[in-house]
Amino acid sequence: MPTIRLDNLVKRYGNVEVLHGIELEMAENEFTVLVGPSGCGKSTTLRMIAGLEDVSDGEIYVDDKPVSHLEPKERDLAMVFQDYALYPHMNVAQNISFALRLARRPKSEINAKVKDVAEMVGLTDFLGRKPGALSGGQRQRVAMARALAKDSGIFLFDEPLSNLDAKLRGQMRAELALMSQRVQKNMIYVTHDQIEAMTLADRIVVMHGGYIQQQGTPEELFKRPVNKFVAGFMGMPPMNFLDGTLDERAGDIWVTGDGFDLKLSGDIATKAKAHSSRDITLGIRPSDLSYAEDADPAQALTLDVQVSEYVGAQSVLLCKCGSAQVMVEVNSETPVALGQTLTFAVNQRGVHLFDRTTEIAL
Amino acid sequence: MRTAMANRLTPYMFMAPAVIIMAIALMYPLGYMVWGSFRDWNPSQTIGEAEFVGLKNYIFLWNDPNFHESLGVTLRFAFFVVTIEMIIGVGLALLLDREIRGISILRTMFILPMMIAPVVVGLMWRYMYHPTVGTFNRFLDSIGLPRVDWLGDYALTSVIIADIWQWTPFIFILSLAALQSLPRSALEAARIDGATAWQQIIHIKLPLMMPVLIVTALLRLIDAFKVLEVILVMTEGGPGLSTEILALRISRTATEFRELGVAAAMSNYLLILLLLLTVGMFAFNRWQEARAARLNALVEEES
Repeated sequence: MPTIRLDNLVKRYGNVEVLHGIELEMAENEFTVLVGPSGCGKSTTLRMIAGLEDVSDGEIYVDDKPVSHLEPKERDLAMVFQDYALYPHMNVAQNISFALRLARRPKSEINAKVKDVAEMVGLTDFLGRKPGALSGGQRQRVAMARALAKDSGIFLFDEPLSNLDAKLRGQMRAELALMSQRVQKNMIYVTHDQIEAMTLADRIVVMHGGYIQQQGTPEELFKRPVNKFVAGFMGMPPMNFLDGTLDERAGDIWVTGDGFDLKLSGDIATKAKAHSSRDITLGIRPSDLSYAEDADPAQALTLDVQVSEYVGAQSVLLCKCGSAQVMVEVNSETPVALGQTLTFAVNQRGVHLFDRTTEIAL
Repeated sequence: MRTAMANRLTPYMFMAPAVIIMAIALMYPLGYMVWGSFRDWNPSQTIGEAEFVGLKNYIFLWNDPNFHESLGVTLRFAFFVVTIEMIIGVGLALLLDREIRGISILRTMFILPMMIAPVVVGLMWRYMYHPTVGTFNRFLDSIGLPRVDWLGDYALTSVIIADIWQWTPFIFILSLAALQSLPRSALEAARIDGATAWQQIIHIKLPLMMPVLIVTALLRLIDAFKVLEVILVMTEGGPGLSTEILALRISRTATEFRELGVAAAMSNYLLILLLLLTVGMFAFNRWQEARAARLNALVEEES
């Protein structure tokens, strides 16, 4: 369906600029997830695409046609809201068919469409109910069905799962992923939950402070974050950060800090050598540390285990490295006792270095 | 034993002052009126001296063409003021439900008429309707149109206009409050679904405001049946009986015709009418609550 392009999109409320020149392109049939902490501008961006917020500067192009002066209804889009935004005085069938009835489509077509989408989201038995008589998950499905019935090329989601409880959220996430494969649409999805972003997206756009920090496939963002913010935001449990300095000894490059002394190898060593500043932050994901008593001390961290969080097959160990806290993800079978000082091997390909002042990845 | 008794009596002791005041200020006069309505009662008599006549006063009124006329005027007055006030009040609320500069000052100005004492409103409008020096006729003179005998030929219309001027703000503020409590996202969803501003009003805003609007209309209706001061000051019920609403006729029956029993019976008829409206309003509220409770029960049963 259509391509969407945001060209230097700016949003101001009075004198306060909340979005600073967003540049983004969304290809046909792509599932794009805008993710970031609250107040990062992701919802504002989505609402500007929808036409619910005015564009202060810049332009939105749909199939290369500027649309920012158009009313929402002229933009060929459907939207699912965080609070579902159902019409409380209409029953499910009327909610689903509202757009079609406004467009004065023939009755037979409307009935067929309602039946179709109700079946798709599993609401066939509830068509006569008012939203007040539905559970949270069912209301969510009505909102989805209403958006599907519109047959528009662009599908917008504004935190659609955040009002559901954890179990239902997981189930709806899976259904959503399934639906996005079946329905060929350009989907834009806003969430603050990085797991939703990782599982649903073809492409993730990480936003922070009104700027796009990085965009790419879930794998790219996870493996090659461009800065410390993205590195810390993507992945659960979050990446460990340790402040350190680079120094060269006998041709090798080492990161030294409070409680650790790590020799770098491979690509990251080359990058570190080329970098001008010596003050850096070392980033290692909890999953890139593994318990190994006989590891090479130059390629390992020695940590004091303080707390063990058992989460099933995996356990998360909260440890101390000097004065900093480090999390390690281990197999729950690993024989670990609290209070022990243990050695954990560092996966060299999982070592990230960030400039300490600019926070940009080396 | 004694403390247990004292404990049980405590709530009643706290309620007693309110109950006593209610009994003196409300139940006593009401009972007095009902009792008096069964008597042929002249103001110079005490109620004990008045002759008991049973339902005679009620039957007399039932067949009295003047009472019918007065009741008709009241019903017409109430119907027109409430209908027109609802249309203008809700319309204004729909227009002013937006953020523009100075909107709060504008809203305050709109509700000013409601704050003026009814007698003052009556005097003001009587002056403006005055056939020679009144504002309206002087204006008609100045643009070369013939004068209108506002409080003569068009007396009922004129008092209706004055009432609309005073009470539309009441409906305006309640409608505005209802509008501003509507779910914003449902209206946004309607915009995305392709509803024009007008379609949003017809399909979303008005249906969602309806519970508030029904209660507002009933409140205004009850008030309109009891209106007295403005009309008393403006026309004193004339010319003829053309603006003699029930409240006015009751007061005249008691003071001018000196028939307290008939006046009391008339008051009771009005009271029954108002009671029916009030019961209707409560029934509507109860029905709404019951419906909400039923829906909740349905949801809980399933989850």
